[in-house]
Amino acid sequence: MIEAIATMSALGVGLGIVLGVAARKFHVETPPIVDEIEAALPGTNCGQCGFAGCHAAAEAVADGSAVATVCPPGGREVALKLVEIAGPSCHAGGADLAGQEDAGPMAAFIFEDHCTGCTKCYKRCPTDAIIGAAKQIHSVIFDACIGCDACVEVCPTEAIIMRSKPRTLRNWYWPKPEEHFEPAA
Amino acid sequence: MEEYLVILLGTALVNNVVLVKFLGLCPFMGVSKKIEAAIGMGFATTFVLTLAAAASWAVEALILVPLHLEFLRILSFILVIAAIVQFTEAFIRKASPGLYRALGIYLPLITTNCAVLGVALLNVQEQHSFAESLLYGFGSAAGFTMVLVIFAGMRERIARLAVPVPFSGPPIAFITAGLLSMAFMGFAGLVAN
Amino acid sequence: MKLFSLSSLRRGADMFSIRGGIHPETNKYLSAKSPIEKMPMPSIIRVPLQQHIGAEAVPLVKRDDLVLKGQLIGKARGPISANVHAPTSGRVIAVGHFTAPHPSGLPVATITIRPDGEDRWGPHLPRLRPEDADPKDIAQRVMEAGIVGMGGATFPAAVKLNLRERYPLHTLIINAAECEPYLTCDDRLLRERAEEVADGIWIMAKALGVEKVIVAIESNKPDAIEAMRRHILAAGPNARVMRVPTLYPMGSEKHLVQTVTGLETPARALTAELGVVVHNAATAHAVHKAVRYGEPLISRVLTVSGHGIKRPANIEVLIGTPVSEIIDHCGGLEGEPERILLGGPMMGLPIQSLRVPVIKGTNGILALQKTESRQKAAMPCIRCGGCIKVCPCGLMPMEMHARIRNDDLDGAVDIGLLDCIACGSCSFNCPSNIQLVQGFNYAKGRLAFKQSQKHQQEETKRLADARNIRQEAIAEAKRQAMAKRKAEMAERKKAEAAAASGAAPETPKEAAE
Repeated sequence: MIEAIATMSALGVGLGIVLGVAARKFHVETPPIVDEIEAALPGTNCGQCGFAGCHAAAEAVADGSAVATVCPPGGREVALKLVEIAGPSCHAGGADLAGQEDAGPMAAFIFEDHCTGCTKCYKRCPTDAIIGAAKQIHSVIFDACIGCDACVEVCPTEAIIMRSKPRTLRNWYWPKPEEHFEPAA
Repeated sequence: MEEYLVILLGTALVNNVVLVKFLGLCPFMGVSKKIEAAIGMGFATTFVLTLAAAASWAVEALILVPLHLEFLRILSFILVIAAIVQFTEAFIRKASPGLYRALGIYLPLITTNCAVLGVALLNVQEQHSFAESLLYGFGSAAGFTMVLVIFAGMRERIARLAVPVPFSGPPIAFITAGLLSMAFMGFAGLVAN
Repeated sequence: MKLFSLSSLRRGADMFSIRGGIHPETNKYLSAKSPIEKMPMPSIIRVPLQQHIGAEAVPLVKRDDLVLKGQLIGKARGPISANVHAPTSGRVIAVGHFTAPHPSGLPVATITIRPDGEDRWGPHLPRLRPEDADPKDIAQRVMEAGIVGMGGATFPAAVKLNLRERYPLHTLIINAAECEPYLTCDDRLLRERAEEVADGIWIMAKALGVEKVIVAIESNKPDAIEAMRRHILAAGPNARVMRVPTLYPMGSEKHLVQTVTGLETPARALTAELGVVVHNAATAHAVHKAVRYGEPLISRVLTVSGHGIKRPANIEVLIGTPVSEIIDHCGGLEGEPERILLGGPMMGLPIQSLRVPVIKGTNGILALQKTESRQKAAMPCIRCGGCIKVCPCGLMPMEMHARIRNDDLDGAVDIGLLDCIACGSCSFNCPSNIQLVQGFNYAKGRLAFKQSQKHQQEETKRLADARNIRQEAIAEAKRQAMAKRKAEMAERKKAEAAAASGAAPETPKEAAE
C-alpha cells in the first residue's frame, strides 16, 4: 500500500519536475498578434469602433476585450480575417458574423441645402473623401468613402446621412443558381 | 527481421486501431472534415503514440513489474502519457514553431485519444520487447494516420454532394466509416499467423 | 447544281481538332434566307457610353445640343475604351442614365437623341489611303471610329491592332464561324458584302503586319464560303478561306486558333503570344467603312430570330435603336415568348425590358418560346461525366459546380474556374438540367467583386496613410515654427540682455558694492 502510494507520488513528482523544467527551458514569448491584427484593419483611425484608432482596436481584439466585428467599415471581410488571426476567442461575446453581410457597404451623402460649409466633416474624414472649403458646400467622393460615420457625428446641422452604396454594372454579378430538387413523383 | 515487418503490417493494415479495434474513434469522427487537419492530427498522433509506447514499456518493465504494482498500470500510464504530451508540446513549440502552428490544437487533444492508452496496454498484454513495443506503437499510429486521411478525403467529397437530407451530416459519415471498415476487413489474412 | 464529291468528306490535313463541343439545333434556317434589310429611322435613339470592355466614354454633348450623323458624342477615356458617335442627326434630349442592355437592368450613362429624320452627315473622318498609310495611322483611325469587337466581346479593336508592338505576329484569323445557333448576321454579311469584308480584312492585315490571313467559316454556311472565296484575293495574296467543322463553340477565339493552326493558347494568355490575332468578320466590315469612307461605327447588322418573332430577319440597325422598335419592324412577337435574349441562345444575355437599346456588340435579338429555351427543373447530379466530355477547355464542370455550390470558390479556382469560357456546353449536355454555367458565371462575378473589394480596402489604407503623413507633416512644421519662434525669442532676449549688460557693465558691480 505504502509502496504504491510512494511510487505514484514519486512518479508524479518526477514528471512534474521534468515538465516544470521543460516549461522553463522551452519558454517562448508568444508572438504579438497586435501588429498582424492592425494590418488587417483598414487603418483609417475613423473611431467608429469606439477605440482611439486602429492600433487601440487591434490591442483590444488581441487581448479579447473586443469582438471580431469591432470594425464596421471593414465589414464581413475584415471580421473573418480577425477571427482567422486572433482565433475563435475573439468570436465570443455575441459577435454575429452572419448578420454582417446584410448591411452592405455604406457611403456618406450630404444634403447640400443644410450644409453650412463649416469644414468640420472635411477635417474629420479619415480617407479625405470629403472635399470642400470654408463656407463652400462640401461634397463626398463616393469611391473613397468607407462609410465610417465619423462625419455624421461631427456635422452641426445634421446634413450628412449614410446611404448604402448602390449596385452598379461594375459590381453586379449573376445570382447563385438555386437548386431545389423536387422529389421524384 | 521478419516478425518486425509482420508487426508493422499487422498493426497498420490488418488490425487497424480505428477500423478493426475501434480505438481513437473520437478524432476519427471529429478531426476528419478537412484533409489538412487530418494530416496534422495524424502526424501529431504518430509522434506521441510512438513515444508513449516506448515510455510505457519503460514504466512497466522498470517500475511496475519489479515493485509488483501491476494494478497501478492504467493510472501510471495515463500519467506518463499526459506528461509526454505536455512535454512534446513545449518542446515542439520551441524547436519548430512552424510544426507547432500546423499541429495547433490537435497536440493537447491527443491526451484523451484512447488509441494511445490502448496501444500501451496492448503492448503489455502481448508481452512485447522494447523494440516490438516501439514498432507496435508506430505501426498503429501509421494505420491511424492513413485511415484518418482517407476518411477526411471522403468526407470532403461527400460535403460537396447533394446528400439526401435525412442522411446529411454525421449519418452519412457513419455509413461511410462502416463501408471503410468493411473495406479494411479485406486485409484480414494478409499476414498469416 | 453541284455534284457530291468524295473529297468533301476528307477533313483537310491542315485542320486540327478541338476537345469537346456540342451540336445544338442551329435553327439558322429561320433567318438565313432573308437578305439584310435597312431598318427605318427609329423614333428615339439611346446611345450608352459603355458599349465596350474598359472605361466608360466621357460625354461631349449637353442636353438640347444638335448633333449630326457621325459626330463624336462620347470620347474614349484611358487606353482601353472606345469612342461613341451619334448614329443620326437630331437633338440630344437627355444626357443621363438609362437601363442598360444587360440582364441586371441597372442603369448606364446614356445619351438620348431624338432623330430629326434628315439623317444629315457631319464631317467624315479625313480620307486615309490604306495602300500607303502607316499601320499606326490605320490603328489610330480604327480607334477614332470607335470600333470594337463585334462578335459580342466588344474589346476595342484598335488595342488588338496595336498588339504588333508587343508580340511578333504572323497570322490574322477572321472569325466568321458564327457557331451560336439562330444567328445568321455574319453569314448574310459575307454573302452580300464579301468584297467590303475582304477589303477590311486586307486593311487589318496591313495594320497588323501579318503575312498569313485565314477566314474561318463553319461548314454549314456554304454560300458564305463561296462568296468569300470569290473575293478572297481582295484580302491579300496570302489569304485563304478555311471551312471549319460545324461545332459549338468553334467561334471561341482560342478554340478557333487551335482548329486553324493547331496551337493551343496557354491558360489565361492572349492568342497574340502565339503570333495569332483573331478578329470578327463584322469588325472587318466596320474597319473597311472607317478607313475607306471615314464612317465611324454607328450601325451594325444583327439577326432577329426565334420562334417568338413573327418575321425573322437580318437587319442593319443604328446603334442605340430600342429593341422594341426592331421587334415591331419584324412583325412583333408571336404569342408570349419565354425569354428575350440579346446575342445567341448559348451565351446571350436575357433582358428584362424591351426598351433597352442595341449596342455595338449586339449580334442578335432572340425571342425564344418555351419549347426552345431549355428551362427545366434541375435534378441531382448522376455523375455521368457528360459535362466533362463536352467541355472545350478540358475542365471538370461537375466538380467545379459542387465546390461553388458549397461556397468553396477558391477550391473551384484551383481546378480551373478561371479557364472556363462560359460557353454553356456543360449546361446544354447535362441530363439533369443542372445550371452549371450559371454557377460559374456567379462564381466569376463574385470573385471579381471580392477582388475589387480588396482593392478598395488597399486604396482606403493608402488614403489614410497619406492623410496621416500629411497631418504629421503639418504638426511637424508647426512644431518647427514654434521652436524657431522660441529660438528667435530667446536670441532676441539674449541680445537685449547682452545690450543691456553691455550698456551698463558696471551696474551689477555697483549693485554688489
